[in-house]
Amino acid sequence: MPHYYDPDHLAKFGTIAEGSKELATKFFDWYGAVFQEGALSEREKSLIALAVAHAVQCPYCIDAYSKTCLEKGADLDQMTEAVHVAAAIRGGASLVHGVQMLEHAKKAGM
Amino acid sequence: MSAPIELAILEELASAERGPKRTKSLRARGSTLAPPEAQLLVLDDLPLERGDFDTALATCGWRELRPAPLEILQINVGRLCNMTCRHCHVDAGPDRVAENMDRETIDLCLAALDKTAAHTVDITGGAPELNPHFRYLVDQCVARGKHVIDRCNLTILLLPRFADLPAWFAERGVEVVCSLPHCRKRNTDSQRGDGTFDKSIEALRRLNAAGYGHGDPRRRLTVMANPAGAFLAAPQAALEREWKVDLALNHGITFDRLITLNNMPISRFLDWLVETGNLQEYMERLTNLFNPATVAGLMCRNTLSVSWDGTLHDCDFNQMLDIPVATGDGRRPHIRDFDPDALQARRIRTRRHCFGCTAGAGSSCGGATA
Repeated sequence: MPHYYDPDHLAKFGTIAEGSKELATKFFDWYGAVFQEGALSEREKSLIALAVAHAVQCPYCIDAYSKTCLEKGADLDQMTEAVHVAAAIRGGASLVHGVQMLEHAKKAGM
Repeated sequence: MSAPIELAILEELASAERGPKRTKSLRARGSTLAPPEAQLLVLDDLPLERGDFDTALATCGWRELRPAPLEILQINVGRLCNMTCRHCHVDAGPDRVAENMDRETIDLCLAALDKTAAHTVDITGGAPELNPHFRYLVDQCVARGKHVIDRCNLTILLLPRFADLPAWFAERGVEVVCSLPHCRKRNTDSQRGDGTFDKSIEALRRLNAAGYGHGDPRRRLTVMANPAGAFLAAPQAALEREWKVDLALNHGITFDRLITLNNMPISRFLDWLVETGNLQEYMERLTNLFNPATVAGLMCRNTLSVSWDGTLHDCDFNQMLDIPVATGDGRRPHIRDFDPDALQARRIRTRRHCFGCTAGAGSSCGGATA
C-alpha cells in the first residue's frame, strides 16, 4: 500500500465485511436506508453528504458524492454552496471558541 | 433527395442570436468520429467486463429482443438545427442541409402510418420545425386522429418566422416535448450553448401563454431532461417535483410533466466522452447498472424510427449509427416497402450503446422505463 489513500479503496468498501459480515451488513443496510428519499429528497441528502464529506475531509466521500450530487440533479452552483456551508460551519466553529478565549483573557488580564 | 432549404433560413441559422452553439458538428469539424462505423469501433474496443448487451439480456431471460405492438411512429425529418449542442446524438447543426426529409418520403410515411394501429407520431430532428414540410406532416397526422409530438429545442420558437408555432400547436393539440437539461442556467448553457437558458425560459413563457403547461391534455408541455455530463439522469419523479417548484418560483413557468433521458454514448456525446477521458468510466457505469426491469419498456419495442431518407430503424439511436432494422432478404429497409407484419416479426438489433437505455431507471424518448 504505497499511499494512505488509494482511489481503488472506494470500490472495495464492501470488503470491510471480511472481519465482520454481521456488522458490515448492518452498516450497509442502514446506510442505504439513510439515503432513501424521505422527508428530504435524494438530491438534498446528497448535498448534505457532500458538505459533511468536506467537513470530515474524506476524499472517498468527496469522490462519491460529487458524482452522486450531479446524478441526483444538483448542479455546480448548488454543490459549491453546500461546500461553503461546511466551510462556514468549520470556520465558525473555530471562531466561536474565540469567545472562550476572550473570557479566559479577560479573567486573567487586567 | 433531401428537401431543399430556403437560403434565407440557412443564413439565419448560422448566427448565435438565432441559435446558441456550444460546438460544431463532427461533420463540420471533419472529425474521425463522424462516421457511425468509427463510433461503433470505439465502443466495441473498450475493455468491459460485462460489455455484451445480448448476454446481459439473456441473463435476465430475454434470449432475443422482439417488438411489442407498434404504438409510436417516430419520424426524424432531418438533421438541420439552429443549435449545436455538445451532447447531440444526431450530430445536428446548421451545416446539415443535405439530410432533410422530402415531401415524397413524408407521404410514404403517412401511407405507412395508415397501415398501422400506432396512436402516436413523434416528430424529431434536428429541429424538426425547420423542415419545409413540417406543418404539412403535422396537419396530416392530426387529420388522422393521431397524437402528435413535436420534439422542440425551445430556442427555435424565438425565430420570428416560427413565432406563431405555440398557438399553431395549441390549435392542433400537438404535445410539445422540449429539451431542458437543467432548471438552472449553468448546466443548460454548458451543454447547449451560452444564452440557451434565457431563450428557453422565454420560449416556455410563450408556450404557457398559448395554453401549454396548465394541465390541459390537448396542450401538454413535457420537459425532457438529460444530464449535462458523464452521469446518469436523475430520478424522474423527484426531478419533476423539484423543477416545478423551481421554475414556478424563479421564472413563473409551469409545465405538465418531466421525463428523463440518459445520454447515449454515440456521436457528439461519444466525442466529448473520449475528449474528456470519461468514456471508460461512463461505459462501466452503464454496464454495471444494467437493470433487467427496463427491458420490457424499451422504446425499440413499441416504436419504429424513420430517417430523413425513409430508412427504417429500431430507434433513433440505431438510426444515427446507421443500423437499419433487420430484414429477411438483407435489403435496406425503406418506408416505401412498409410491411407491418414482417416488421412485427423482426429481431431488434442491439449493440453496446443499448446499455444507455437499460441503466438505472432506464431511458427512452418517453422517459424512464423502470
